[in-house]
Amino acid sequence: MSNDGQPAQDPLIDEAQAEQRRSAAARLFDIRRVIGGLFVAYGIIVTLIGIFDSRAEIDKAEGVRINLWAGLAMLAFGLLMLLWQWLRPAEPPAPNEKQPGS
Amino acid sequence: MDGGGLRLNMNGLDYLILALYFVTVLGVGFAARRAIRTSVDFFLSGRSLPAWVTGLAFVSANLGALEIIGMAANGAQYGVMTVHYYWIGAVPAMVFLGIVMMPFYYGSKVRSVPEYLRLRFNRPTHLLNALSFAVAQVLIAGVNLYALALVMQALLGWPLWTAIVVGAAIVLAYITIGGLSGAIYNEVLQFFVILAGLIPVTVIGLVKVGGWNGLMDAVGDTKLGEAGLHAWQDTGSTANPLGAHWIGIVFGLGFVLSFGYWTTNFAEVQRALSAKNMSAARRTPIIAAYPKLFIPLVTVIPGLVALVTVKGLGAESGDLQYNNAIPLLMRDLLPNGVLGVAVTGLLASFMAGMAANVSGFNTVFTYDIWQAYIRRDRSDEYYLRVGRWATVAAVVIGIGTAFIAAGFSNIMNYIQALFSVFNAPLFATFIIGMFWKRMSALAGFWSLLLGTLVSLSLYLLYKGGVVDFNSDLEESFWGAGLAFVTAVVVAAIITPLTSPKRDEELRGLVYGMGGVDLKGDVLAGDAVWYRSPVLLGLIAVALAALFYIPVF
Repeated sequence: MSNDGQPAQDPLIDEAQAEQRRSAAARLFDIRRVIGGLFVAYGIIVTLIGIFDSRAEIDKAEGVRINLWAGLAMLAFGLLMLLWQWLRPAEPPAPNEKQPGS
Repeated sequence: MDGGGLRLNMNGLDYLILALYFVTVLGVGFAARRAIRTSVDFFLSGRSLPAWVTGLAFVSANLGALEIIGMAANGAQYGVMTVHYYWIGAVPAMVFLGIVMMPFYYGSKVRSVPEYLRLRFNRPTHLLNALSFAVAQVLIAGVNLYALALVMQALLGWPLWTAIVVGAAIVLAYITIGGLSGAIYNEVLQFFVILAGLIPVTVIGLVKVGGWNGLMDAVGDTKLGEAGLHAWQDTGSTANPLGAHWIGIVFGLGFVLSFGYWTTNFAEVQRALSAKNMSAARRTPIIAAYPKLFIPLVTVIPGLVALVTVKGLGAESGDLQYNNAIPLLMRDLLPNGVLGVAVTGLLASFMAGMAANVSGFNTVFTYDIWQAYIRRDRSDEYYLRVGRWATVAAVVIGIGTAFIAAGFSNIMNYIQALFSVFNAPLFATFIIGMFWKRMSALAGFWSLLLGTLVSLSLYLLYKGGVVDFNSDLEESFWGAGLAFVTAVVVAAIITPLTSPKRDEELRGLVYGMGGVDLKGDVLAGDAVWYRSPVLLGLIAVALAALFYIPVF
């Protein structure tokens, strides 16, 4: 594929592109925090249920302590999401990344 | 509805898990609001999202509950052959979209799939596609909503209209407020919640039947028999559970139906258009292909487990229909706690599916119908407002169609099947237009129109009993294939008789015309080999082929 010049122009698209100078998209929060938070909460609730599971409930799940295992797995997943966000925060937009009209 | 035999025994903690999910989803919508100032922020997330987010949203948008419940039902009814819908019927098309087609979509800066048709062909082609897409999306949103309400009624005992209104109100709130960012962020969240709900059912189901080998042995003893364990054996004829010849599977499902759906359906492509640069846009469907490879583990396996463990599954009506495979397993195997997570996962999948339809609709309605044909040259703020009202309208009409669907559930299923066939002529028009620069604008219009009419006529003749096929599936293979061929032939006949478009008008839209810049906006980290769309895509296709080996 050759690499010369701009794609065909269209007035409606150009207007929308020009408006992008005002874009507030950089203010969007990081979804990893929300996923991490929800799964930590689910993990804690389900693990606690799992610790106090009665014999009947364990028998229903074919003898697997599913609440305990699922709860711990969700807790670990939630913490990993938060850790990922903490170690690799969202890249700040590069200064020349979106020049007006480009 | 009879007896309530599917009713789950939800307790307060299960409802707490469900309520936490509702609060989080609404919170995401409100929090996304501050990132919206322009119409592109609202409809395309300001083209700012990283590839892993758009990729997971891409797969989630397709993971509606119709898909999950339906694929588990197919697993119980047709056995292992159901994996064709994933490994040959999705992954190759997703990879093709990312490697070959996305440079034209993203590079030309079009804001929707119909808009590509306006630039490549002409306004009539554009209007035809925009209108049919818009109508299809609200109808499918209604079908989704109705299916949600049915499950809520059966599992939780909620009245039908309560479930419809509650489900619609939440989706309405987070899209109207948070725009596509609200929808996409929630789809990523929903992706994980859906998995968290399905994995425990699968694991306990496998424990119950004695693991993978136990399952294989047990399926051999069911009415499906040994044939239910193989994907390709017996496809030299149609004497297999799916009733499909391998030619039909490869060309009908794997090529025409699958490429038609994945590469031209704006509700999917929109997720990739919201990515932050060309590299991320191309990786979006390819990243989505990886989870898609593994989803049969949590849909087909539960379907098979249900077939083995639920006595009498496969009834024509009542609680023991194939469609209830997953709800029945949830009822039988999950204790409170994971039960709440599983119900939340099912609800999440309904919302993901419906949100994809609604956010696709509001964009096409605003940019491709309102701005292009009704009110041009207004301010960007004006179109942002139109988009919010279009969202409200889509959800209200969706509620209306949900109540219509309640009266004619079969008819609505037919309508959905029909729209899936509409994608085949659309794909033909796209693929010829992208690679044959001579194809004229008029040829584009007539290819699309006549291709669609052919698939529509064949479908109506089949439903009217004039033409006969072994199954609905076989009809859709043939309908899609004939529509594809019609579109190709029409393009070949009309193009030489009409004048071509000028080369400058085709820059960035057609292969070999230049104007596509694959590297111009890459970030520093995107050049590393493990972010190469071509490499990632080829690995996904190779995995899909390898996965067939144990179930050949």
